[in-house]
Amino acid sequence: MAKQSKVYYWMVLPAFLIFFIFHTVPVFQGMIYSFTNYKGYGDFNFVGFKNYVNLFKDQRILASYGFTFKFAIVSTILVNIISLAIALGLNAKIKFQHTLRAVFFVPNILSVLIVGFIFNYLFAFFIPQIAEQLNITSLTQNILGNPDLAWIGIVIVAVWQAVAFNTILYLAGLQTIPTELYEAASLDGAGKWKSFLHITFPLIASFFTINMVLAMKNFLMVFDHIIAMTNGGPGQSTEAISVLIYKGGFSGGEFAYQSANSVIYFILIVVISVLQIKFLQKREVDM
Amino acid sequence: MESKKVNWPLTILLICCSLVILFPLYLTVVTAFKSPDEMSRSLLSLPNTLRWENFTEAIRLTNFFQSIKNSFIVTVFTVALTLLTNSMVAYAIARNMHKRFFKFLYYYFVSAMFVPFPIIMLPVVKQTSLFGLNNMTGLIFLYIVYGLAFNIFIYVGYIRSIPKSLEEAAYVDGASIWTVFWKVIFPLLSPINATVGILTCLWAWNDFMLPLVILSDRDSMTLPLVQYVFQSQFTTNYNLAFASYLMALSPMVLVYVIAQKWIISGVTKGAVK
Repeated sequence: MAKQSKVYYWMVLPAFLIFFIFHTVPVFQGMIYSFTNYKGYGDFNFVGFKNYVNLFKDQRILASYGFTFKFAIVSTILVNIISLAIALGLNAKIKFQHTLRAVFFVPNILSVLIVGFIFNYLFAFFIPQIAEQLNITSLTQNILGNPDLAWIGIVIVAVWQAVAFNTILYLAGLQTIPTELYEAASLDGAGKWKSFLHITFPLIASFFTINMVLAMKNFLMVFDHIIAMTNGGPGQSTEAISVLIYKGGFSGGEFAYQSANSVIYFILIVVISVLQIKFLQKREVDM
Repeated sequence: MESKKVNWPLTILLICCSLVILFPLYLTVVTAFKSPDEMSRSLLSLPNTLRWENFTEAIRLTNFFQSIKNSFIVTVFTVALTLLTNSMVAYAIARNMHKRFFKFLYYYFVSAMFVPFPIIMLPVVKQTSLFGLNNMTGLIFLYIVYGLAFNIFIYVGYIRSIPKSLEEAAYVDGASIWTVFWKVIFPLLSPINATVGILTCLWAWNDFMLPLVILSDRDSMTLPLVQYVFQSQFTTNYNLAFASYLMALSPMVLVYVIAQKWIISGVTKGAVK
């Protein structure tokens, strides 16, 4: 047995090396590049913290953080409210339960990019046409063409898609709650809202934590939606951080500069995820 | 439970909500079959005649059969190789968590979940072209490697719940670790293999970002990437575009219709772990 245990090392070493080369090395390379003036080609020099200092003075960068956070926070909240409501509905005594569950899950299997293209068309033709017939002048223009409203269009698509996954997760949580608890509560005279607040919610608190953290992390990385719908526009009003890294890094000659942006972005995502987990788990215990 | 009656108002409300999901899909289908003239008369109505030319034209323009073949190859190889390799790595880690090195490996892989791809995107693209991996092989390879972070997490959790007594009996009979893994453990992993397989399949099939930055050759493009590349030519003819979108979406929808229960439970298990 002892001689054999060497085999275990052979099972993991190739994976470890490959993962190190293709994941860990790029992380460090990115950090190193962030201290240079590399354009993506040609020679480069080390420039110290210059990129980082410039990042905080760059309106385009600050705007992309502003947009990404606005988008991520609004979408996370909406997704969690809507998917919890749908999950509660699906968990109740209803007809066509399986069919409805299957329908609500469909967006999760579709390509985000193509869904974005389809909605693009909805916003460009369908909604303005309906709005014209109903005389709602504020909606007769494509909202994706309006710098102040375009982000809402992206939120709608992101929520439409993400609700599917979160609903299924909440549903899994709700199914772990024994029905006797509700019967006992209703005998004690607790109303629907009260039993939700005091029974349902505390018991699915861990699912709430997972959903909040996952949704927030995914939305902070939003990319496909933007590329499909606005490509960062109009102007730069919907330029998410990942879109800016992609554009600036590959075609803008800002390889090093966007590497520095990536480092800041990475730190923010880790900090937010850890804070969220800490905060939400503490609430789980308190309840 | 049985004394309760079906809640009809809620059922109807949910059916109305489900229209929000179904409506864009309906619109995709009808638009794909219409002519531009017909569409300008009414966006919503069913097409008078099914215009199959939209599809033949989209197939010709986007070289559809090439890109669906690419997507298929990438997805099948990614899923198969991910299941075989990632489960093996996870097994070695799960059975040696008391050793420092393996414990370190576990946290090393799992912590990579906190590093989203856009963050390493720029160096990775440099690296893949350096290694000659800016093609489909490279794409499959990267999916397998990047999948490790999440897959190790769920495989290890599952393997640790399998009692060791089965393996010990095999070792007493003189079996090697390889044999034990492939003959005893791997067959027991079917439920979790299903979860990993489904999630990996959805990821590899629908992913846009990695193909976008890795693939440079038009003949190796996957379905979502092709829709992006042809977007500028599509803006003049929406019917053509929607025929193309419909063809790109339908393989996964078809799989979903057949294996719906299986897919939902697989995705749920992956998330709840």
